[in-house]
Amino acid sequence: MRYGTGPEVLRDVSFTLEPGTFHFLTGASGAGKSSLLRLMYLAHRPSRGLITMFGHDVASLKRAELPPLRRRIGVVFQNFRLLDHLSALDNVALPLRVAGAKEGQVREHVAELLSWVGLGDHLHDKPATLSGGQQQRVAIARAVITRPSLLLADEPTGNVDDRIGMRLLHLFEELNKLGTTIVIATHNEMLIERFGYARMVLDKGMLQHLPRSAAATRIA
Amino acid sequence: MFRTHYDLPLQRDVTGRFLPWIIALMVYLAILALAGSMVLSDMAQRWDKGLAGTLTIQVPPLPDGTPTLDARIQSALGVLHATPGISKAEPLKPEQMASLLEPWLGSGALSTDLPVPALIDVTMSGGRIDVRGLAQRLRAAVPGVEVDDHAAWLKDVLAIARAVEMVALGVVALVGSAAIATVIFVSRAGLAIHGPVVELLHVMGAPDRYIARQFQSHVLGLAVRGGLAGTLLAAATMFALTRAGGEFSAGLMPDMSLTPVQLLALAGVPLTAAVLAAVTSRLTVMRALARLP
Repeated sequence: MRYGTGPEVLRDVSFTLEPGTFHFLTGASGAGKSSLLRLMYLAHRPSRGLITMFGHDVASLKRAELPPLRRRIGVVFQNFRLLDHLSALDNVALPLRVAGAKEGQVREHVAELLSWVGLGDHLHDKPATLSGGQQQRVAIARAVITRPSLLLADEPTGNVDDRIGMRLLHLFEELNKLGTTIVIATHNEMLIERFGYARMVLDKGMLQHLPRSAAATRIA
Repeated sequence: MFRTHYDLPLQRDVTGRFLPWIIALMVYLAILALAGSMVLSDMAQRWDKGLAGTLTIQVPPLPDGTPTLDARIQSALGVLHATPGISKAEPLKPEQMASLLEPWLGSGALSTDLPVPALIDVTMSGGRIDVRGLAQRLRAAVPGVEVDDHAAWLKDVLAIARAVEMVALGVVALVGSAAIATVIFVSRAGLAIHGPVVELLHVMGAPDRYIARQFQSHVLGLAVRGGLAGTLLAAATMFALTRAGGEFSAGLMPDMSLTPVQLLALAGVPLTAAVLAAVTSRLTVMRALARLP
């Protein structure tokens, strides 16, 4: 993959994510993690190669057939990308509204999830009035509200303390148990070691697979 | 169609703030141009209907008064009644003459010694007759008589009326084009300002129509507000013009009253403007979104 006429940022990357698996994506800054995630959440098309998503060859799909696939993917962006003019509740409700859910169900589910991530008292607060950690939890809640088939998270624990970080990882695990495939891009070696899931390492645009750590320390 | 909740903060856009004013101005101009066109069209039709197949004969009195005006009128009527194709030839009564001259000369003009010519209203039974031949026969029988063939100048007047009507419709078309261009500008500006939000919605799986609907609803709301303002302003202007026209002496100003159907058509202008604005916005946004992967 390349941006415009620039150099290739990803090359010879080939991998398969089995449904319901959990992966960490690591690599030095500039290794191509964000670019790989962008390809995976269908914000970019590869300059060459093949992406098969949920059994569909993305390149052969018509443009109008892509939105339903995108709705099966939840994304936690590195810089959250919350909408400043919307409340926490409306930010989290966005994917449900995009999917055409009824307003009554939207409010009920969103309020419940925000309470679960500890933001029950901040439903109507705007992102600007929330701390970095609170914004991150809103971003995560927004990504998981539709129970996506694939969850992609770019440094989801970057702005929260270890306790909240662990809690968020447990949320991802719960989602994974319900069948969601999880890919978390992170530099947090402590989390990778503790949870021990399979690791994909990007180095200079190339991908290396490391299997699930047998000696991982599982936190209950 | 109206959403109570927008994912895109379009209401905050500065570019959208002037759209209602522009739409108001355009609806105002379009209504006045259309109303003017309707009045002209009605007037042209009335002239066409009222004057086609008619002639007016002017019989001026002679300076020495011999033969008398009445005798000259009778001579002219004799020629007219003997001409095939003329169904009616009647001299205007003094009270009809008085009402014709009143706007210019005031009441009582006929009681003075003004040498006012007599008029004979002639109706043809169908088709055209040889007006030139008739004029020659009339002049031979009644020297100094004038034959006013309305068809000749009616053709020119109708051509002018139609031209003015076309100009009015051209104004409506120009105003419509300017409104479309403004909506395209506002929609494109909105897309540029809210690019990151649009991209986020796109990545979340929002179909193009979901995003376009928000622009469309926003523009529709602005256009409805502007359209209402423009319509009220145009209604006030037309009312004032009608009142002003009524205060002039009868006959000098054209009849500016409109039929209920015409008023309904004018009421459709803001509606058309709103729908046009909404559709334009939707198409502009859909076209821009088609460039996203």
